[in-house]
Amino acid sequence: MSDDHVYLSLAEGHESGDERWAFGTGFEDPLYGVDTAVPDGVDTAELAASCLALGDDALVSTQRLAEWTTRAPELEEEVALANIGLDLLGQARLLYARCGQVDGTGRGEDAYAYFRDAEDFRPVRLAELPNGDFAFCVARLLVLSSWRLAHFHHLTASPDPVLAAIAAKGVKELTYHRQYAAEWVVRLGDGTEESHRRMRAALEQVGPYLDELFTAYDAQEEVAAVLRQVTQAAGLPFPAGQSLPGAGRDGDHTEHLALLLAELQSVARAHPEATW
Amino acid sequence: MVTPPTDERLARHIAERVPDPELPMLTLADLGVLREVSLTADGTVVATLTPTYSGCPAMSEMRAEVAARLKAAGYERVEVRTVLDPPWTTDWITDAGRRSLAEHGIAPPGPAPRSSTGPVPLVLSAARPAVPCPRCGSADTEETSRFGATSCKALWRCGACREPFEYVKEI
Repeated sequence: MSDDHVYLSLAEGHESGDERWAFGTGFEDPLYGVDTAVPDGVDTAELAASCLALGDDALVSTQRLAEWTTRAPELEEEVALANIGLDLLGQARLLYARCGQVDGTGRGEDAYAYFRDAEDFRPVRLAELPNGDFAFCVARLLVLSSWRLAHFHHLTASPDPVLAAIAAKGVKELTYHRQYAAEWVVRLGDGTEESHRRMRAALEQVGPYLDELFTAYDAQEEVAAVLRQVTQAAGLPFPAGQSLPGAGRDGDHTEHLALLLAELQSVARAHPEATW
Repeated sequence: MVTPPTDERLARHIAERVPDPELPMLTLADLGVLREVSLTADGTVVATLTPTYSGCPAMSEMRAEVAARLKAAGYERVEVRTVLDPPWTTDWITDAGRRSLAEHGIAPPGPAPRSSTGPVPLVLSAARPAVPCPRCGSADTEETSRFGATSCKALWRCGACREPFEYVKEI
């Protein structure tokens, strides 16, 4: 690796100062310059699996959030969802990069995001579901961000210092993702008859996917506390429902994952040697 | 042959003055992302940066700019490291940085929240603590969007001077 940077050659001869806006070039390693040694006694296979699964949750969620761009009810919400997606994409990149360092393959982030097929992905199925309406978007975001926040809190004490640091950074981000979602659930649940009906339907749709999350990481207590608080404030019933058999972490997926990946991976697979 | 400079303070001074790509009125030192600059026994400058947000797209650009400026000053061996821990907080923005933000019409952040555990603070827009307007100083302001053009900023509006403004949100 080198500190030389394609951006510098692009910027050569431009003394205007505008070259600082030339983003998106040469940002190939999100863990560049980080001490990546793995401490003795860390089970690297387990660490890699954790990083991969959490990276997959984040990447798939990011893609769903990005699909709201140009389709959100208001510009402010579109910007919010894109920002939340950007945070999660950042988390995915760090987690994939860490996975590649510890799983023995030395793969980079792109290999995980673009060149694995659906059967090799391990996201929870709630993240895969199509967007539906805005109520479903915030219901899912409330559940996933609350669950991931509890998981990341736990991981800040990980014996792997890199994963612990990724988690510590993510905690701050997930806290305001959760707050954004919670405020919308209250606003819609306690809003008009129509918004209440839709918010209630969205929570019913999320309910069957909760147990899968708690099998992957048991944060039932923390998530239930948030859902109780928020649904009470919103005048909505607590999301329940018959839980679905199977788990995304075991490779069971909805039919939506392959389609989502086909779109996400199409450009990278059409031009596998391209750099941008 | 020109001898490379061996002054650690000069190296730090150069790295500190690199502007942030997204908030160019701040230097990396003002923003609190430049954690350390040191000179090793073999004359390598080691600069350590920390990212603001996980998805911050400006990290590679900061890294390249720090390296380029140090090399331009004659330091031949430059290494830019990244530390993720402890995570960056807006509390690390210096007083000079806060003044510079305000002078450029961006409201500086208040103290960062201490904890992310416990119940969700369900304050819908009205109960949020007011951010004074960076233009006229009025406290008659309201948030229009918690998310803005970059990860670190929210959008606000002043009721007195009627101007919209950006606000660096606490993290």
